[in-house]
Parts: sequence; C-alpha cells; structure tokens
Amino acid sequence: MNRSLLLTTLAAAALAAALPAAAQSGTKLRVGLMLPFTGTFTALGNAIENGFRLHVDEQGGKLGGREIEFFKVDDESDPAKAVDNINKLIKRDNVDVVVGTVHSGVAMAMAKVARETGTLLIVPNAGADAVTGAMCAPNIFRSSFSNWQTGYAMGQVMAAKGHKNAVSITWKYAAGDEMVRGFREAFEKGGGKVAKELNLPFPNVEFQALLTEIAAARPDAVFSFFAGGGAVKFVKDYAGSGLKRNIPLYGTGFLTDGTLEAQGADADGVMTSLHYADSLNTPRDNAFRLAYAKAYKLQPDVYAVQGYDAAQMLGIGLAAVGGDVKRKVEFAAALRKARIDSPRGTFTLSPSHNPVQDLYLRQVSGKENKVVGIASKALADPGRGCRM
Amino acid sequence: MDLTTFLIQLLNALQYGLLLFLVASGLTLIFGIMGVINLAHGSFYMIGAYMAFALAPIVAATFGGGFFATLLVGLVLAVVLGYGLEWAFFSYLYQREHLQQVLMTYGLILVFEELRSILVGDDVHGVQPPDWLSGTVPLGDMMTYPVYRLFISAVCVLLALGMWFVFTRTRLGMMIRAGAGNREMVQSLGIDIQFLYRVVFAAGVAIAVLAGMVAAPVSSVYPGMGNQVLIVCFVVVVIGGIGSVRGALLAALLIGAVDTFGKVLLPHAAGVLVYVLMALILLWKPDGLFRAG
Repeated sequence: MNRSLLLTTLAAAALAAALPAAAQSGTKLRVGLMLPFTGTFTALGNAIENGFRLHVDEQGGKLGGREIEFFKVDDESDPAKAVDNINKLIKRDNVDVVVGTVHSGVAMAMAKVARETGTLLIVPNAGADAVTGAMCAPNIFRSSFSNWQTGYAMGQVMAAKGHKNAVSITWKYAAGDEMVRGFREAFEKGGGKVAKELNLPFPNVEFQALLTEIAAARPDAVFSFFAGGGAVKFVKDYAGSGLKRNIPLYGTGFLTDGTLEAQGADADGVMTSLHYADSLNTPRDNAFRLAYAKAYKLQPDVYAVQGYDAAQMLGIGLAAVGGDVKRKVEFAAALRKARIDSPRGTFTLSPSHNPVQDLYLRQVSGKENKVVGIASKALADPGRGCRM
Repeated sequence: MDLTTFLIQLLNALQYGLLLFLVASGLTLIFGIMGVINLAHGSFYMIGAYMAFALAPIVAATFGGGFFATLLVGLVLAVVLGYGLEWAFFSYLYQREHLQQVLMTYGLILVFEELRSILVGDDVHGVQPPDWLSGTVPLGDMMTYPVYRLFISAVCVLLALGMWFVFTRTRLGMMIRAGAGNREMVQSLGIDIQFLYRVVFAAGVAIAVLAGMVAAPVSSVYPGMGNQVLIVCFVVVVIGGIGSVRGALLAALLIGAVDTFGKVLLPHAAGVLVYVLMALILLWKPDGLFRAG
C-alpha cells in the first residue's frame, strides 16, 4: 500500500494547471508568452513580461503597425511539459510569435518545436548554447546571452587575475554544464587549471557536502553558477562556511542578480560577469530604468532588459516586413543587419542570431552589482554546430 | 577523503538528516498517523518560512521583538490555521478515497502559492538568524560551522524526543494511536475522536510551520520552496514506516547520509540515490523500517 500511496503522490505532483482562454481577434498580432509564472523562476518570468510590455506600451501598444494580443502559458520550468505547453500556444491559440523562456531545458524543447513548425521564436533568457548552435534556425532569435558567453568572459577575467587553480560548482543541467565549459575554455587558454568540477542535481540546494569538498581541494578561486533561491542560499552558505574569507568567489551574473536584498552582506565582494549591471549610468539605461520604475513601482533587472529587447527585436523585424510575419526571410535579414539600442548598450546579432555584446565585470557592493570594468568586449558566441 | 574531511562530512550528513526529520515530522502525524495524504504539507512549511520573514518586524513593533516571541506568535497562528483547515476541509476526507485527498490537498497548494504571491510577492528573501546564534565555530583551518545550524539540530532532537514521549508515554498519545487503529472503537469508549483529530492535525500543521520558521535563516525564503521538500518528506515517512516517529527519524538520518556521501562519491547518480535507497528498503521491508507505534 505504501508504494501505491507514493505513486499517487508523485502523479499529483505532476498535475498541470493551464488557464489561458483562447480568444478570437482580427488583425491583432498574437504573441504567446511562455514563461515561468510559478516556481523558483517566478520573479524572472514576471520581469521578462514587464520588460516586454513596457516596450510595447512605449510604442503605443503596437509593433510594426499591428496591435498586440497576448496569450500566456506558465511553463513551470518543467522540460517534461515543454512540448505540450508550446503546442498549446501554437496549435490552440494560433499565435504568430512565441516569446520564452527562462529554463534552458524548456527552451531547448521550444526551439525543437519552433524549428519543426517554423513559428517565430524569441528567447528572452535561457542561455542554452544549442538554441543558437546546433538547433539554430532562421526563425529562432535570442535577446539574452549564451551560457558559453557568460562563462567564457569570467574565465578570461580569472586567468588575467593570476589564479592558477580553480574549482567549479553548479547544478547538473544544461545551463550549468555550458557555463562551466565556457569558463574552462577561457581559463585554461589563459594558463589556469580547473582542479575539480563539482555538481549537484537541479534544483537541490543542500550545498554543505560540496562546500566541504572545496575546503579539502584548497583552490585559488571558485567559479559558480546558481540562480534564484538557489543562488541566495549558495552565497549565504559559502560565507557561513567560512570559505569566503579564504577563497574568492566568482560566478556568472545570475549568482547575484535579483537576489542581493536576500543575500545581504554575505554577497559583498563577489565578482560576476554579465551583459548588464545596476550602475551602467548611460542615458539610454537611465531612461529605461526610470520608465520601468514608473510603470511597475519596481527596479528593473537583467531579465526585464532581455524582455524589453525581445520586444524591440520583434518590432524591428515587423517594421521591415510591414507587420507580416509570414515574410520570414526579410524578417531575419532585417534583424541580422540591426543594431539594437538596448539599455545594456547597443548590440548586434551573430550569424546564428545570438547577441554580440560586451560582458561587464561586476562586483557586489552595498546591495548593487557595480560595474568595475569590461570582462570581454563585443564577445560573440562561436555558434558551434549551427548550419543555416 | 582524509579523516578531517570525512568527519566534517559526517557532521553534514547528521545535520541534514535532522533537518529532514524536522521538516517531515509534521507529515508523520498527518499522513503517517491520521492516514490523510497531505500534499499541502510543503505549503505549511513554506508558510512557516514566510512567517519568519514577515512576522519578525511586526512582532518587533508590538512586543519589542525577540526570536522566540516570533516563533511563539507563528506557532499560535499555525495552530489556528490547522484547526480551521481541519474543520473546513480535512474532516470530510478521512473516509474518502486517496485520490480525492490528493486532489483537494493539491488544490490547497495552488491556493497557498497564489495567496503567497498576492500577499508577499515573488521575490527571494533572506532571514537573519538572531544575533546570539549568528556566530560560527571553527572547523579545520579552512572552514567554519554556523552556530545556527547546530541550534537547528538541537531543535530537531528536542522535537523528536517530545514526539516520542507524547506518543508512547502519555494518555493522549495512547488515544491517538488507538484512534489510528480503530476509529469507531475509540469513539464507543467515550472519547471525542473528532476533537482529538482536530488537535492532532493542528499539531501537525504547527510542527511544519515551526520547521519552516526555524529553517528559514539557512534555507532562505522563496516561491515554490514547499514543493522542493514535499517529495523527500513523503520518502522519509514511507521509508520509516507509516505512523512511526522513530522510523521517520532513522529514515531521515539515513537519507541525510546517503545524500551527503552520494554527492561526494557518486556525483553523477546523486539525484537518484535517495530513491534507490527507498526502493531497496521497500523491497526488503514493504511496510517500511518500523511498523506503526
């Protein structure tokens, strides 16, 4: 009986809640938002949606001359439901473009469906290399970053600082693996050596055993990737375990983005690499931050910027084809030539449709990710495996 | 692995095991003893963690603050919540099928998550341990161990002893065990079983909330945190044997050890080791390690 009880439990935990209702409309552009609205990444999903809507509102509710109608699906950051969820948008709601998502595993499944159906897909966060690598397609674009990019930039910085011997620690899933791979490529090219790669299953947050392993390995530096609640706990545990006093902690920007309020003083001094920071202080970014704060009574973060730029990219493409998403070749050609005026700084797209952008080196100080320099200038993802 | 590292890992395993027991012990009462499949257990844990975050400033303003004052206020609220939930929902579930219990408690998860989102928002929050517990103990030359983690372990040990005492050494515990065995017989002996169950359920909720409040400073407070602990709580109760407090304690310690050493020695299999352990134990003892009692 015990086992059947447990099976029912597991089955129930796998139940899905799907809410959005289909609606009919004439010439409105149907935009499907497939984002996490529950679970660990809820705040990220909300920020992306806010950013996207902010740009649409700034354009008077229209992109490329067409009014926008939104359809929302909560992807729950669950790769197992990803194909069903994107099919709800494409088949049931009949959307013209899908925007999503945060979790790399889910985004991979979305890219696969987008490739097969030819639906326009803009990825506003998930950095899975393959989205603009082996899975690349003329109708798939990314407004954020590739995992490789963020890790590679930090590898360059850590090697340049003279660290010789590093340990990496991350969740065992696509994003973590790829960032560590990018980090190792640059760090070893710069003369360093990665002594140990530590992993734990996503989204496990019991770090104590692995922190003890780090103490036993005695590296010069630690490279890490975690996000959301896991990032908060990792940074606090790293400080609590006393390692922070002896071994400097580095990471990709997600370690300290949207989490500083919760991490408090434990995050002070942590260095991260990302394509955005809190104190860029450029006129473009200041205008964006003011508008966002006014609209949502919240400070924007990198996810809001990526959502905003996803809308900008959609707008640029639509303007070039007069609002007709069926003209895919011209749509893609316009974006490949475009210089996107992002709050992060102007960026272009690589041949595989990933941003070519500056990666900033940031250091946490007083609950802000302060820019201390540029970790890597106009860094382009190599787009390995992409044939278009 | 040298000896020092091994000993530190042993401490990690013990500490994690005790934390698991703390989180799962409320479920031992509600699922193990009352027999209701309560998927909302993780939500009670989450509510506790958010209480630790949200109540502290309010308590500080009204009663002048204090860590234990916050805990006490949280516990009182939890008992009221548990008592109310039993009266409104769970009292109708005892005689129903498991599927209906699963559906209703799953519905409660969605309600609690949405309420949490409306009331507190979706941000991640940190909770500071009280000053007198925020120190660290040196551990080897590289590491330190937060005093607060030792405090959590102490709370777990006290809770385990307290539960064991109530169940096996008091009249109340005897009535609860008898009620779990044969409801009608207990009723015909003149015991108000309905009230008794309401009290047990409230206690189960209160323990889950306590776990959330005590764990908040080390676990942080974030959306969906309850779902992360839910499955492992069921694993603890099932391995330990339905309704057995000492079984749950032993199971939690076993899982703590398997998880900690699994992460270090077999990192590629770390995600499944706990479930392999459960499968093996159920093959060997289909009713779990201990029978009820």
